[in-house]
Amino acid sequence: MIDRAFSLGIYAIIALVIATFGWIIGDVIIKGISVVSWEFLISEPEDAGRAGGIAPILVSTLYVLIIALVIALPLGISAAIWLAEFSQNQSHTLHVGIILDVLAGVPSIVYGLFGNAFFCIYLGLGYSLLSGGLTLACMILPVFIRTCESGIRSVQSDWRLGGLALGMRRSVVIWKILLPAAQPAIIAGLILSIGRATAETAALLFTSGYVDRMPESIFDSARVLAVHIYDLTMNVTGGDETAYGSALILIVLIILLNTLAQGFIDSWFKRSGHYR
Amino acid sequence: MGALSFVCAALLCLILGFLLYESWSLVADGRWLSFFSQTGWYPLEGLFGMTPMIFASLVLTFGSLVIALPVGLACAIFLEFYAKGWVKKSFQSLLNLLAGIPSVVLGLWGLTELVPLIGQIKAPGTSVLAGAVVLSLMILPTLALTSYAALTSVDRSILAGAQALGLTQKTQILAIAVPAARSGIMSGVLLASARALGETMVVLMVAGNVVQMPSSLFAPVRALTANIALEMAYALGGHRASLYVSGLLLTIIVWILAYLASYLFNKGRTVSHD
Amino acid sequence: MIVAETLAPRLSEDIIESRAPAHIKVNELAIYYGKKLAVNGISLSLHRGKITALIGPSGCGKTSFLTTLNQLSKLNNQVTVTGEIHFDGENLTQNNVDLLSLRRRVGMIFQKPNPFPLSIFKNLDIPLKEHGFKNRAERIEKIENALKAVGLWDEVKDRLNTSALSLSGGQQQRLCIARALVLEPEVLLMDEPCSALDPISSGIVEELISSLRDKYTVVIVTHNLAQAKRISDYTAFFWTQNGAGKLIEFNNTRQLFSGPKDERTAAYISGIKG
Repeated sequence: MIDRAFSLGIYAIIALVIATFGWIIGDVIIKGISVVSWEFLISEPEDAGRAGGIAPILVSTLYVLIIALVIALPLGISAAIWLAEFSQNQSHTLHVGIILDVLAGVPSIVYGLFGNAFFCIYLGLGYSLLSGGLTLACMILPVFIRTCESGIRSVQSDWRLGGLALGMRRSVVIWKILLPAAQPAIIAGLILSIGRATAETAALLFTSGYVDRMPESIFDSARVLAVHIYDLTMNVTGGDETAYGSALILIVLIILLNTLAQGFIDSWFKRSGHYR
Repeated sequence: MGALSFVCAALLCLILGFLLYESWSLVADGRWLSFFSQTGWYPLEGLFGMTPMIFASLVLTFGSLVIALPVGLACAIFLEFYAKGWVKKSFQSLLNLLAGIPSVVLGLWGLTELVPLIGQIKAPGTSVLAGAVVLSLMILPTLALTSYAALTSVDRSILAGAQALGLTQKTQILAIAVPAARSGIMSGVLLASARALGETMVVLMVAGNVVQMPSSLFAPVRALTANIALEMAYALGGHRASLYVSGLLLTIIVWILAYLASYLFNKGRTVSHD
Repeated sequence: MIVAETLAPRLSEDIIESRAPAHIKVNELAIYYGKKLAVNGISLSLHRGKITALIGPSGCGKTSFLTTLNQLSKLNNQVTVTGEIHFDGENLTQNNVDLLSLRRRVGMIFQKPNPFPLSIFKNLDIPLKEHGFKNRAERIEKIENALKAVGLWDEVKDRLNTSALSLSGGQQQRLCIARALVLEPEVLLMDEPCSALDPISSGIVEELISSLRDKYTVVIVTHNLAQAKRISDYTAFFWTQNGAGKLIEFNNTRQLFSGPKDERTAAYISGIKG
């Protein structure tokens, strides 16, 4: 009898979680879909965003994301390789690991404070797409490095030894055998990073700014999708409708980018002939 | 290649360096101590009493944990002991999806759906309660999935023993499995509180942003993070420095929480190996 | 498929000595892990075209010794090696050895088959490319020959582009041997190549190893005394003494097994110790 009450309690909570989740997603889809149209995607915002579309905002979002990934991906993968493969000094690896974990724990608004002080003011980049992208790169690097590192580390050392015993250069063993075998971890890290970077608002408020015009270069201040949603909700009365439209687009964009990233990396590794 | 780890270390130094550099004018002459003694936040007049905002951040974080911990545990118990096959898979991906919802979207939903509901009970609606509920949704997936992992790693033989004693399922779960997994669950709790404490958008959008000590669950409050987001755009001089100090403060609290979490996680692992 | 071992009458030791000059000559080799002595007192000659078995209980330094011969021991910077290993006029314990060309000439087979997670073809193609074989037709020919040499060609010729991991354990180990042979090495080091295989595959691989006699100098670590007796021309017996491994006896296999000079050898091969 008591047992049954306990089970019922568990099921009730699960039902509540599912219902709340359904409420949130349903809300975004239903309210969003009435706003979203092709027009919405390709036109400029009007009347502070209450009407019109989000074209410049989408473009800015992609700019910031591309800048962040272009900086963070090569740096992150090479740092991960170094940590997992080359660093013979155990305590050194440990220290770098701790630093990365510490960095991963810094709240995003603090990355914003740092980005504003360093990129915008000290380096003189001002409120710009570049400042925003660089700030995001700093923010996603620690987690990305950690995921890739653990992926590379977990690749069977048999393959590592096998390659070296055949007289292959270390770089070739890493590039042709270890990295492709670590592919799932790299994809997971990339997806995590894309999700975080695309959804980030606080770190961009005072690094890339909130000008809603179409950016002409990466040195222009511009507004990303997440900041747009925030601004419409908080500062524009009557902006809720377009805010929901933008929220729907944001979620779809994240899903789309993740699928793309997965497909891109899959095909890249397929060409190198790897099997799992 | 070694230069790359240098880059990481340099990044940390840069971040810390610039936070310190920007807040130095207040730290150097000891004025930052007044953050905790002054009662009012009137930065333009040089009064930087942060106590209400620190308190608000802590209350919001604590409140979100009070809601999310039992729910998260229930989700973990459901995944470990009740759900099988596709039900389990789909509930897991539901949690992952929930984890993937941008916090600004949660804020939007909270402000337009939840806040009016709370406002019907007591105006204005933007409140400690609203903030805690939406934050709890944000940290729920973290809590549920870490607790689930902790439960899964509990030694099966302990549970088999409990079963052999004829204990009811409720006792098996609550008296045996959950306590055995407690260090893993606790490390999840600490990680989740670090996230809640560092979160800006949700509290900025639904907690009301009034600088005050909350008198009830329905009172609007302003969290430390929200304060930075609201005032950074126009802050100058000592005001700007005070925001950097609050950023530094937040970072340190979050690090302590993260450190405790990893300590507990490692402890849990060594215990389970015994 | 595999050339059976010809049952030529065994020649007396000194005649073998004159016919099969030392290919690798090891003199007073000792290996340290950090400051701790791991193995010492290794002085022996590995004869060209002969199979030398390394036997002895676990942890007495057989594998450590094996990895000094292709300098894979250098991967662990804790390991230091003293003494001399003369291979074609070069002393491998010196620091100026070209590791890549050394490892091309000294192939290695591991205990657990370790084909790369690539296609069967690429497993052999990548090492060839790495060692500068630019002509694809030439590489294809070499790959076919290597696969034929290990008796795998007929089994895999129609699915060269499928994953090497889809092969059975025994096939994987033969592929690994082919991968070493494709580089046309002079010496093959084998670290218990049959111990992870089922009896049938083990038998096939053992026959294959026998067939490599005369063409390659083979050094094989094995825990299977019967196997050492069946396939090797020379046997080296290692034993742990005062916490460190030591080469106790080295002789041609027939003499070592029929008339061991050291009582520990005698005890070990009769199954009393180890």
